[in-house]
Amino acid sequence: MQPRSPFRAIVRGTLLALLFVAVLVAVWEGAKALGGDPWRFKDAAGNETVYRPPFAWPIVSDLSLPHVWKIWDALAAPVQRQQAQSLAGFLVGAAVYTGREAALGFLFGGLLGLALAAGFVHSKLAERAFMPYIVASQTIPILALAPLIAFAFGNGLVGIVIVASYLTFFPVTIAQLRGLTSPDPRAVELMRSCAASRWTIFWKLRMPASLPYLFAALKVAATASIVGAIVGEGNPGGSQFGLGRAILNFNEQYASGPEKLWAAILAAGLLGLTFFLAVRLMELFALRGRPQAAVG
Amino acid sequence: MTDARSALATRGSGAPVVVVKGVSKTFESSGGRTTALENIDIAVAPGEFVSLIGPSGCGKSTLLRLIGDLTAPSAGSITVNGKPARQARQDRDYGIVFQAPVLFDWRTVQANVALPLEVKGLARSEREDRVKATLDLVELSDFARHYPYQLSGGMQQRVSIARALALRPSILLMDEPFGALDEMTRERMNSEVQRIWEQTSTTVVFVTHSIPEAVFLSSKVVVMSPRPGRIVRVIDIDLPRPRTDDTRETARYFELITAVRETLRGRAGRETPGDVASAERTLAEGAVG
Repeated sequence: MQPRSPFRAIVRGTLLALLFVAVLVAVWEGAKALGGDPWRFKDAAGNETVYRPPFAWPIVSDLSLPHVWKIWDALAAPVQRQQAQSLAGFLVGAAVYTGREAALGFLFGGLLGLALAAGFVHSKLAERAFMPYIVASQTIPILALAPLIAFAFGNGLVGIVIVASYLTFFPVTIAQLRGLTSPDPRAVELMRSCAASRWTIFWKLRMPASLPYLFAALKVAATASIVGAIVGEGNPGGSQFGLGRAILNFNEQYASGPEKLWAAILAAGLLGLTFFLAVRLMELFALRGRPQAAVG
Repeated sequence: MTDARSALATRGSGAPVVVVKGVSKTFESSGGRTTALENIDIAVAPGEFVSLIGPSGCGKSTLLRLIGDLTAPSAGSITVNGKPARQARQDRDYGIVFQAPVLFDWRTVQANVALPLEVKGLARSEREDRVKATLDLVELSDFARHYPYQLSGGMQQRVSIARALALRPSILLMDEPFGALDEMTRERMNSEVQRIWEQTSTTVVFVTHSIPEAVFLSSKVVVMSPRPGRIVRVIDIDLPRPRTDDTRETARYFELITAVRETLRGRAGRETPGDVASAERTLAEGAVG
């Protein structure tokens, strides 16, 4: 019945994640060894040998699924011919750029979601009036909306942050409203019985009770904000930088260098993971001491 | 009161703490209008322990909630400490205990007990002193830093009693506080509540389903009937205090249990012992006095 130590949870989580990566690489290369394209390697004696897989499956050909080591090599190679910067360095820069936009979108979207939920919990009328539009807003594909936002707010940071916020405020609004209304009605009566104001009830009861719901939503929002930032950058005439632009460029160059697109996807994935882990760390801190079921 | 002990000498006398006059409560729903309570008169003297007992639907919990100003009456008036119930709530005259402990699971035991003190805005040092004293009273000082989920159901309920007592309320409202506990724990909790009641000067209004519990704890048992909720009879409980486990084996205890039970069955006046009948009086009389 002791609260789980956050440190042990993190170590265990990291080990499991590394194990998963190892299994993924093994399956990936195993599939290529069975049905990929032939490849050359140097044997123990230093002679160049050709390995020929027994089958030929198009889905694991070098064009569809480059070797893991090719992606690794590409990361160290220059991003373009005659450029000093390596692909890895370029992707880190792009990820930082995109991460900044996503973090701002996460922040503003999260705050908007919190504010809307706080408003709705105190006014059923406001909830009835606005909730249908909030739900409807999410049925519009972001791909259709992003160019409109870019048109209105320009191709710079502001437009991209708005796209990212647009994807993040919704899960936060819905989950936070659920969280703020989660306390037992008797807990609210208890607060009223000692003459607590709405404000006090909000900060001492509703807000702490909502945290497990909030963090569940923030995990969704953390990754959604990155999707939003990447989509925002990828707009026609969108950003010149960032992972979104890199993904579009490497997509065009796919036939000549599939490793680059895979590397960019890997970078986007790692950025998402970083965001997710940051939220998870905040959650472990904010929910310390609570029963394990609430910490998740 | 037959008990001469000084701590109890003033109990049951003086201006009533709670006066309920001509109170009715109706609920409107799609199925029509339900009368939960009809023309209730009741008066509770300082330091009294009054139990409300009756079958489901007799409105005993509603009456408790009306006294605590958690809901408003459809007719009639409720006065607490000589002021309207709303004012009494604003003045923090109440402590309340529900059937479930309703502890805040993100707060430790001591932080849960401190909650009403924080709401009142007491300084930290005063809060700490009061929390310590209150936890001593319910004998949970060793668990001050535990979280609610680390405690048994009975201990959780003691924490919620401590929380209700933290503001030193003049009136403690308890809504079937031990309804969810097993029989053994319940008896232990009853002795505990009795001890706490004797150590504090709190007036208690206690809702229960359990006849033995009502008889063991109360100075007065208010028997109610359903549809619409009415007071059938008020039975004075003259068992000597302090009441102990031995009290539960006395003949008088069983007589009083029988009296309450038969009143609940609607056979009052025919088979109740004469001395119980003479001890009985309506709460309306008490309200005037």
